[in-house]
Amino acid sequence: MKLRSPWPAVVLALLVGASAFPFYWAILASFTPEARLFRDPSLLPSGLVLDHYRALFTERSFWLPIRNSLIVAGTTTIFCVTLGALCAYALARLEFKGKTLLLGSILAVGMFPQISVVSPLYLMLRELRLINTYPGLVLPYLTFAMPLTVWLLVGFFRQLPGELEEAAMVDGAGRLRAFWEVIVPVALPGIATTAILTFVYSWNEFLFALSFTLGPERQTVPVAIALFRGQYQVPWGQILAAAVIATLPVTLLVLAFQRRIVQGLTVGAVKG
Amino acid sequence: MRGAERQPGIEQQEARIAWTLVLPALLTILLVALFPLLWTAWESLHLHDLRMPWLGRPFIGLQNYGEALSDPRFWGSLGHTAFFAVTSVGLELIIGLALALALNRAFRGRGLVRAAVLIPWAIPTVVSALLWRFMFEGQSGIVNALLVDLGVLREPIVWLIDPVAAWVPVVLADVWKHTPFVALLLLAGLQNIDTSLYEAARIDGASAWRQFRHVTLPLLRPAILVALIFRTMDAFRVFDLIYALTGGGPGTSTEPIALYTFNALLQNLQFGYGSALSVIVFLITFCLALVYIKILGADLTGGRR
Repeated sequence: MKLRSPWPAVVLALLVGASAFPFYWAILASFTPEARLFRDPSLLPSGLVLDHYRALFTERSFWLPIRNSLIVAGTTTIFCVTLGALCAYALARLEFKGKTLLLGSILAVGMFPQISVVSPLYLMLRELRLINTYPGLVLPYLTFAMPLTVWLLVGFFRQLPGELEEAAMVDGAGRLRAFWEVIVPVALPGIATTAILTFVYSWNEFLFALSFTLGPERQTVPVAIALFRGQYQVPWGQILAAAVIATLPVTLLVLAFQRRIVQGLTVGAVKG
Repeated sequence: MRGAERQPGIEQQEARIAWTLVLPALLTILLVALFPLLWTAWESLHLHDLRMPWLGRPFIGLQNYGEALSDPRFWGSLGHTAFFAVTSVGLELIIGLALALALNRAFRGRGLVRAAVLIPWAIPTVVSALLWRFMFEGQSGIVNALLVDLGVLREPIVWLIDPVAAWVPVVLADVWKHTPFVALLLLAGLQNIDTSLYEAARIDGASAWRQFRHVTLPLLRPAILVALIFRTMDAFRVFDLIYALTGGGPGTSTEPIALYTFNALLQNLQFGYGSALSVIVFLITFCLALVYIKILGADLTGGRR
């Protein structure tokens, strides 16, 4: 295609600008003194301060929700990727009756609206005295994370050539050893992508974290930010500083693994 | 796929291994998803108000559903959800398609573009809601300042206290966050189209528009449908975005069904009624999925077993 029309470049420049502007504005505001936030907003930085970030960690103990989020998202990811890999291997590479139905049902569960299981999960966690605890968040997170991991991993395992473990099995290895010694190492990039996506989804989750925690001691980052209150007015400076911090880990992950993430997203959806 | 003939004994053995591998994940899903879903349905047939424990939990049949059907706030929230889904998904598809076409043509700066589209997608929805709320906040947020400066507005609008204007930041925030995802899906679809088709069309003298209309669109149909499915179902359960942006307000004028359900459950502690609303949300999403699978089934599984 030798059509050198300028519009693709223009569209893309607009796109990058539109994607970036809210971030630029939030980052700028997070360094701007509260008193100047809404007075003559200027697009260029001037007189920046670190007050909001300092207040976040001294007045609001913002490290608490960060720690909670890391624990909950990390545990969910490890649990789902471990069990999900076994399940996905069987679904992708073994022959057995009911396979298609099983895969379809797992996908269907992944599409449940979260709100439709909030009431029983709440009653269940209350009965087990797990409201406002880490297991009380990890358990509900499995409802969406487990189907997601299985679905993505099935996509990745299917892409591997079929002769892989057959060669190992001819050499006398059993199914499980072939899986562990041949498939897992080869599929490691796919497994890592799945882990990243599961982590990002769990880090970002809001509804369950809002429903099943009671106070700051177990709130995750998104819940903590959404519930920030000031004494007299909305503490925008601190909210935006917290937003910048909450965005940081996922942004770094995305930037480091962007090619793989795009692959993961499209493997699951388009070719699925 | 696999050509090798197998003996029945080996097949049985393989099935046994397969089920052993599947079981842990499957049990987890049954325990945390399927079982609660059935429980919601059962709960929805009871009067269960956690504020009034002395009432117990009597079985009342379909009364909760009757109450929902005559509840104006329920119908309102359903209307808001549908309005939100149609506007935001519509905009996302149109803009996403334009972006995908441009991305497919561009040879330089793909890495930058990919990062620019992925980051809004990857950040917590609550955060994107707050970024947009900040830009539309009060009289002197940046949006008002820019629009007044450019002469679009004579005087600032207080967006978030107007029942109609409050939708603007809500829809914009959703479009901002999800268009990248749509564009990526459509781009993957575009890259699967055989370029020789375009050459053939050009040789036949087809204009760019006709090529788009008769080659690109039909071949992109599966990808468009997939994007449509994912986005509509997502839009129908919208919660985080509106909770953090407008809180459903002013009043209840931007309250979607998931937020109303959440309020019934965890604000008013009406577990029976809230569960009935949950079941309704589930059934609507389920029907949407069925319709889509029916349309898509013909498209996607046609070539495959």
